[in-house]
Amino acid sequence: MSETKNFMFLNRRAPYGTIYAWESLEVVLISAAFEQNVSLMFADDGVYELTKGQDTAGIGMKNFSPTYRTLGDYEVRHMYVDKASLEARGLTADDLVQVEWEDWETEESVDNIVEVVDSEKVAELLAESDVVFSF
Amino acid sequence: MSDLHTVNKSPFEKNSLESCLRLSRAGSAILLYEDAVYAALKGTAVENMIASVAGDRKVYVLGPDYKARGLDESRIIDGVEVVDYAGFVDLVDANDKVQAWV
Repeated sequence: MSETKNFMFLNRRAPYGTIYAWESLEVVLISAAFEQNVSLMFADDGVYELTKGQDTAGIGMKNFSPTYRTLGDYEVRHMYVDKASLEARGLTADDLVQVEWEDWETEESVDNIVEVVDSEKVAELLAESDVVFSF
Repeated sequence: MSDLHTVNKSPFEKNSLESCLRLSRAGSAILLYEDAVYAALKGTAVENMIASVAGDRKVYVLGPDYKARGLDESRIIDGVEVVDYAGFVDLVDANDKVQAWV
């Protein structure tokens, strides 16, 4: 039996300009399928990945932002956003998508697993993870 | 005689915009596209960079790139003009040359 680890995906790039954000999402989905404890951290330009209302019709690229809202269904339990990064970019939690989570067995549910946290908490979460994947 | 300067990198990740603003002359046009569109948003830590050149340089932002990133046009810094792809072409045509700050 394999060991379950705490995986943290650290996202620091804006979507669309580079492929990092999309690649991270792909690996997150794969990791969740292997029944690891998966959390996501959004810092620096990574906070832009979660803006709601993305509309890529005009740039001929796939809009992958709706996928974030399904992560709760892939047993991703935590999505953290670095508060300082958000504030430096003139954004608030209201600008970000909400992600619902529900445990199908216990019916325990959380309305929104996206959580804005301060720098100290970010450092703590990164330090306590078994593995940090950087994108 | 004027040039069009284009910037496509996030102002939070690279200094392309900063260098463009520092090293472009009065009368230049500046177009923000791809990840540089984030610089057009009000209330950010880099808003004053755009404001500092508002008097002598005209700043444009490419609408489709801005919209793709989920930002609302009502939150664009005053004086920054939104253009579409045809507007991009017009800017290229109206200026002597294009200088890209990649």
